[in-house]
Amino acid sequence: MKEQRVGIIGIGAVPARSASPDVSYREMIFEAAQKAYYEAGIEPEQVDTFVCLSEDFNEGVSIFDEYVPDQLGAVLKPVHTICGDGLYGIASVFMQIRTGVFQIGVVEAHSKLSNIVIRGKVEEMGLEPLYTRWTGLHSYFIAGLEMRRFLYETGIKEEDCAEVVRRFKENAIFNPLAAYPSRISTEDVLNSRKIATPLKELDIAPQADGAVVLVLAREDAVRSLKRDAVWIEGISFFTGEPHIDSRDFGRASYAELSARKALEMAGIKNIRKEVNLAEICDVFSYKALQHIEAIGLAKKGESGMLLREGFFDFNGEIPVNLSGGYMGIGAMSEATVLYQVLEVVKQLRGEAGNRQVKNAKVGIVQSWRGIPTSSGATLILGV
Amino acid sequence: MKPYRKVAVIGAGLTKFMRRALETGRELSFYAAKEALSSSGLKFKDIQSVVMATAPDAFDGVHMKGEYLADGAGGFKRPYMRSYVGGGSGVFAIIHGWYMVASGMFDTCLVVAEEKMSSCQPHPQAAFNSIYDHTLERPLGVNLLWIFALEMQRYMHVHKISEEEIALVSVKNKKNALDHPSAQVAEEVTVKDVLNSEIMAWPVRRLMVSPTSDGAAAIVLAAEHIARRVSEKPVWIEGIGWCLDTSFWTNRDLYYPDYVEKAARMAYEMAGIKEPSKEIHIAEPYDPFAYKELHHMEGLLLCKRGEAAKLTAKGVTQRNGDLPVCPSGGLLGVGNPIAAAGLMKVCEIFWQLRGEAGKRQVPGNPKRGVAQAWGDLMQVGTVVVLGI
Repeated sequence: MKEQRVGIIGIGAVPARSASPDVSYREMIFEAAQKAYYEAGIEPEQVDTFVCLSEDFNEGVSIFDEYVPDQLGAVLKPVHTICGDGLYGIASVFMQIRTGVFQIGVVEAHSKLSNIVIRGKVEEMGLEPLYTRWTGLHSYFIAGLEMRRFLYETGIKEEDCAEVVRRFKENAIFNPLAAYPSRISTEDVLNSRKIATPLKELDIAPQADGAVVLVLAREDAVRSLKRDAVWIEGISFFTGEPHIDSRDFGRASYAELSARKALEMAGIKNIRKEVNLAEICDVFSYKALQHIEAIGLAKKGESGMLLREGFFDFNGEIPVNLSGGYMGIGAMSEATVLYQVLEVVKQLRGEAGNRQVKNAKVGIVQSWRGIPTSSGATLILGV
Repeated sequence: MKPYRKVAVIGAGLTKFMRRALETGRELSFYAAKEALSSSGLKFKDIQSVVMATAPDAFDGVHMKGEYLADGAGGFKRPYMRSYVGGGSGVFAIIHGWYMVASGMFDTCLVVAEEKMSSCQPHPQAAFNSIYDHTLERPLGVNLLWIFALEMQRYMHVHKISEEEIALVSVKNKKNALDHPSAQVAEEVTVKDVLNSEIMAWPVRRLMVSPTSDGAAAIVLAAEHIARRVSEKPVWIEGIGWCLDTSFWTNRDLYYPDYVEKAARMAYEMAGIKEPSKEIHIAEPYDPFAYKELHHMEGLLLCKRGEAAKLTAKGVTQRNGDLPVCPSGGLLGVGNPIAAAGLMKVCEIFWQLRGEAGKRQVPGNPKRGVAQAWGDLMQVGTVVVLGI
């Protein structure tokens, strides 16, 4: 039998915000799921498989998948957790549908990071326990090391990184789901509190709470539901070098390799000509530039210059992070990248309102699992 | 509902299961992965993707444990993913590997399951408190023994099963495990020994409970065209199924696992099995507690509800019986490093179907076997049907 395409037919999210004391994660997931199912025109009973994304220590609960079925309408259904970011969840459902056994699948991710009292301590638990953790390295310190190395290797300036923050936060003004839209100057970023030089307070995306749910469907189901799908043209995930002590800090190998594979799958030879917009992981300002270069939107060392020239702006050649990215939406561990997918879906459907990119046909989304990992994924969407 | 591509298991590996391993989780993963690879006929460079299964991060105290274990499992410089359904993760791992290969995204997949419970001091049971609802249940100081005692009690009450009948499962599995080189708590015990052992939470007694363990298991999966080329006896994945029930376990009747039945029906439908009790030759249901084996045999539709204890008493589930159940020795005999224990059951079916189980080999050239794991808050069933 011919392999059928898989498309996104529904996506729902609750607006991200810095804290959410009035609602539980269950209520947030319920709201996002209702929106997604409504958009897809389905009832949860029609869904064949569910994937939720979580890491236990972020939730404060062991075996978190225990607590997802009820609010998703997934009781007595195939449900499982993937410990990865949103794109890993999409990859997982994509593969399940491509086996030929399932027709409709759901991906869920959420964040309730505001519940964590000392986030740095949780992240420290992610370090290898015998040789690395005793050093007590804070994840921002590791990011500082990486940033230093990246700037050294590429000749990119701290000012360029500050430009990233300024532009993405400004993009977020037009995104109603973003938690941190603002107009700031590059000086504001450069003069913000030093965290681990050259990393400063505003170089770090602030955390947020939120929930997002996606509905994916096979081509025949898309047709019978009479929906317009945004198709998954390419998807890939990759783990690079797992040890932080023997890793090339200047490079993002996971982004290079996953992007190459995903582009190949989508049959795209020249990303700068064939892709209309991009959403990349900018959880730290320098990471945005590193990822832009890694996936091939700019040559090594040129991303800062291109950014200044407006190449990645709304009116530029390839707009990047019109959603506001992590800087504007907020860092929500597994969930932020799905807010970025939501942006690309809206753009490709032509529903992005006053931030609509003209003739958007193909979009790329790239993600990273954060410090201390070297795992990331790339997704290519098209209409 | 038929998958486009056939997927086979072509290699399996297992470490010894032990109380306190000196090896790190990474090392345990490495040993299992290496053994699986060398038995598969493939080389590490042929492995296109890696799947890791491991249960709560709380045991090791490592955040994002999957990322930490990546290098031991071979999950570096290639696509690597960790999936997770609590105690069901072990059998879910092969399901995850199956869809990676069956989707056509990858031709080969190394599936590794690891658990190192001993890092949690003084006893890993404390880590289980964090699986309960933070508002309603955790303040009660609940642990797994309590809720199993509730479930066992209900099961015994509904079907009028005696403690003696349940003790027979411990006797059988611990004896079977004497022939397993990885076994941690294999011994010859009598029903009397089991019933005289210490009460943990009535009616659960010490010899009815699987131990806490460290260990790892691994298998290699390949698409049909590769499996036929490199393996003389590929074991095919004929059916898979998994199912998660509501979080509110207190609102369910615990005497019967509906979620296992739904998962089993999904797997049987895919495998084209109409009468599981006749068409399945060998079963490895999840047996962390003695009554659980019986409970799960019923959930897997291998017998009528309430009949599993009678079959056990008649000796049907012995290795030389009509339906050998847990010929490996199960979790009660071999040990219970959560995720690795589930995949150990898959390894056992693989070896049994290939006729490579040595002293544990069941007679009569079995052609088809089922492995099942269970987990979360008495909530998830994961099932795989293998055949040759």
